[in-house]
Amino acid sequence: MKKIAKLGQIALLSTAMSTMATAGTLVINSDTSDPAPKAAFAEIIAQFEKENPDITVKYNLYDHEAYKTTIRNWLVTSPPDVVHWYAGNRMKAFVDRGLFEDVSDLWAENNMQDTFATAAPAMTIDGKQWGVPFTYYQWGVYYRKDLFEKHGIGEPTTWDEFLAACATLKENSIAPVSIGTKYLWTAAGWFDYLNLRTNGLEFHMDLMDGKVPYTDDRVRATFANWAELVEPGYFLENHASYSWQEAQPFLYNGEAAMYLIGNFITPNFPEELEGKMGFFQFPQINPEVGMFEDAPMDTLHIPSKAKNKEDARRYLAFMAREDNQTKINGALLQIPPHKDAQAADNYFLDKGVAMLGSADGTAQFYDRDTDPAMAKEGMKGFQEFMVYPDRIDAILERLEKVRQRTFK
Amino acid sequence: MFPRPIEKASKGVNISYRIALVASIVLWLLPLLAVMATSVRSLGDINEGNYWGWPSEWMLIENYTQVFTSTPMAQYLMNSLIITLPAVAGAVALSTLAGYALAKYQFKANIWIFATFIAGNFVPFQILMIPVRDLTISFGLYDTHWAIIFFHIAFQSGFCTLFMRNFIVGLPTELIESARVEGVSEFKIFFHIVLPLVRPATAALAVLVFTFIWNDFFWALVLVQSDEVRPVTAGLSALQGQWLASWQLISAGAVVAALPPVILFFTMQRHFIAGLTLGATKG
Amino acid sequence: MAQSSPQIGLPDSRPSTRRKWRPTVIAPWLFLAPAMIVFFVYVIYPVFDSIWLSFFDWDGLGDKTWIGLDNYRELFDSDTFWKAFSNNLLWLVLFMLAPPCGLAIALFLNQQVAGIRAVKALFFFPFVISQVVVGLVFSWFYDPNFGLLNEAIVFFGGDPIAILADEKLVTYGIIAAGLWPQIAYCMILYLTGLNNLNGEQIEAAQLDNAKGWKMLWYIVIPQLSPATFIAIVVTVIGALRSFDLVATMTAGGPWGSSTVLAYMMYEEAIFNYRMGYGAAVAVVLFLIMDIYIAYFLWRMVKSEK
Repeated sequence: MKKIAKLGQIALLSTAMSTMATAGTLVINSDTSDPAPKAAFAEIIAQFEKENPDITVKYNLYDHEAYKTTIRNWLVTSPPDVVHWYAGNRMKAFVDRGLFEDVSDLWAENNMQDTFATAAPAMTIDGKQWGVPFTYYQWGVYYRKDLFEKHGIGEPTTWDEFLAACATLKENSIAPVSIGTKYLWTAAGWFDYLNLRTNGLEFHMDLMDGKVPYTDDRVRATFANWAELVEPGYFLENHASYSWQEAQPFLYNGEAAMYLIGNFITPNFPEELEGKMGFFQFPQINPEVGMFEDAPMDTLHIPSKAKNKEDARRYLAFMAREDNQTKINGALLQIPPHKDAQAADNYFLDKGVAMLGSADGTAQFYDRDTDPAMAKEGMKGFQEFMVYPDRIDAILERLEKVRQRTFK
Repeated sequence: MFPRPIEKASKGVNISYRIALVASIVLWLLPLLAVMATSVRSLGDINEGNYWGWPSEWMLIENYTQVFTSTPMAQYLMNSLIITLPAVAGAVALSTLAGYALAKYQFKANIWIFATFIAGNFVPFQILMIPVRDLTISFGLYDTHWAIIFFHIAFQSGFCTLFMRNFIVGLPTELIESARVEGVSEFKIFFHIVLPLVRPATAALAVLVFTFIWNDFFWALVLVQSDEVRPVTAGLSALQGQWLASWQLISAGAVVAALPPVILFFTMQRHFIAGLTLGATKG
Repeated sequence: MAQSSPQIGLPDSRPSTRRKWRPTVIAPWLFLAPAMIVFFVYVIYPVFDSIWLSFFDWDGLGDKTWIGLDNYRELFDSDTFWKAFSNNLLWLVLFMLAPPCGLAIALFLNQQVAGIRAVKALFFFPFVISQVVVGLVFSWFYDPNFGLLNEAIVFFGGDPIAILADEKLVTYGIIAAGLWPQIAYCMILYLTGLNNLNGEQIEAAQLDNAKGWKMLWYIVIPQLSPATFIAIVVTVIGALRSFDLVATMTAGGPWGSSTVLAYMMYEEAIFNYRMGYGAAVAVVLFLIMDIYIAYFLWRMVKSEK
């Protein structure tokens, strides 16, 4: 009897020790390396460690570009316990290969089908949930109110109004639209919106899934609309020289008036422009098409080969909590996917929440919705089109070749 | 010798030559001088477009301090050292052994092994990329200092063997032969006779290989990714993405990254040039 | 080793010769083993593995699918590939400016005046610093807003040009940046060559009244041919290895117009997750480089024999 008790003790002790060894540290890999998100996560993790004194978090930061490639290495070999990632095709690529853990149990326990109702479709594949979203944000046109007022321009809601606004700004030697396409993806924002407004979400997603040829007349219609901006020179000159950050000063110093970008730009607005920056929804092009939006969602996942899944689930549940969703998005100046969590009281967020609340549907973003190889070539094509619109046929044929190869 | 020594020319030619020297050096280093000038500017100057005028205030200490306090630059520099020093030592050690074998022993495969080392040294990195990355992952070394260290030891041993072999070929064979006749073992011959003779060459080689490895960017991109192991080249490139508008910081970072090989070069100039040209006089 | 076979028939002399030749047969292999093993694992084997991989369709995660020559078929049918290939040729051609420029600077600096060592060192400077820094320095030099180059163009009454965003100029811009350290490298090779000139020949030529260009062309340059050879070899290798500058200055852009095979391979494998296709690009680059490797080896083996 004593012996058995002792054995039991030893067994208990050793399991306790082994769980301590693994449960002790929770390794999180993340690409939130920009200053604001970095600080926000440092704070939220300190909070998590305080609530869970038995867990020490090791938080590894990577820059965005490197992260996208190296995550594939660890997921296969020795992954961390939690990874930051993106909803949509990007998540699906790993789910299809069995690299992400099914966390439907977590959703059920925490009643997340209800509290995350709007985000649920983006996180669901084969009826199961594969991660927890912690933030999303709107895209739209950020503009200089003072410049618009000075030249008697109102917020455009239709394509014709938008073109007229551009023409007026151009006449007054202001670049209507600022953009930096050096790293390509900013051009994809324009493509997404022009295509969503011209052809609608269903067609857009079919194109993203490789079901429609790029040489389709509907795609051409999208580019024809785009050409109405490119040909008169409404985009910032030399945009291919600049990153998205380098294109910002043109907006701030008044050389450019509008910028189609995500809400992550707002923390960068200089203080002296307080109250002079405005936001409007991308204008309607085809009245028969609904108002669909890009609303990229950032997510957390547990790799299937993670060592400490137990604590990883605790962290995901923690991050799914209303108060933490409020807190992290308050710091990021973005929108919490949790329905009861509050976005910070901020002019741009209010607009974003209202806009996305009434949206007819949302897409993630070009390079999150389509295959990576397709996205890369596609975005190169967009950039080229924005400098040489007359090459449209050659560009679309090239993209079609890539589509056929990628989605065979 | 050639061209005709300038001191034999007239005084006017002499003076204008000296002026031309200074002017040409300024012109040659102009892009670099611009970066150095910017690294001491204030953000205010940069926002106002004062890139080329006199700085309104000198921010030398502030900017360089900020590089170290607000970025992992110190960590990157440390990583570069942790990677470069063992890699240099390893490559030089392996290639001294191999170079001696190829220089002083006659055997049939000799020339072919030598040719393989040379050929491998010229191979484009890209053809090694995927397998080396996979190997590194399967050794469990991905994203560790050792990932880069091992690769550099292996790859640089090609160039280093060429170098050491060409140097050792020129050493007198008589010493080795007479030791052999006296029954000294081959290893003792290497350690007690050959090694002391090649010491100057290893110094030259080490300095040269140090700059090669320090300046490597490609493998730093391919084999590691976290701030804890990333060397300064890849680190700087990543910082470029984060600091876009803060040119004064990027340029200070660039100067800091360039400093160690530059210091090494100026203190060991003779070795460095000897190293570069030793491989070159042969062939 | 050569005398080992006749000795088989002389059993009485065996013990002594054994002591004599056996260590000298085994020792070189022991000395060579460490370098050969690591070199085989990290260089020789990967070359063949990449060639093998180029016949597969592989995304780096799932299973590899044998597709024969499909990667190559696609490659030769791809605009990007031909763009990269022609850019590589442009690099090769323009990089050949480095040896003559290096020689010119070496001749200019080959004097005995006070401080000349420091001047030589400063000229050599660009070769010592990392290509990442060179890339940063030049992207800045070219910046359409405030870059020094555009300041100069505007000063002389021109319009600013965004060199790195112009598909026609971008490769030239990057090559110019690459030439900077390459010229420095060639210069140092020639400076050493100039130090080792044969004085008697030059004096003899001087007596024959050879001067300036004639002297340079007929007497000096032939004597510098070892330096020229190595300068051309390192320049060719440098041109084909052009990755760092493309990656830091443009990432192959705008729309892929400044890409080279080395960068294209990296992009396909790392960003587009197409390992097999990337390997095929690397194989093509490898084959181009092989021409030079073969020539170099042929010359070396010839001179050894």
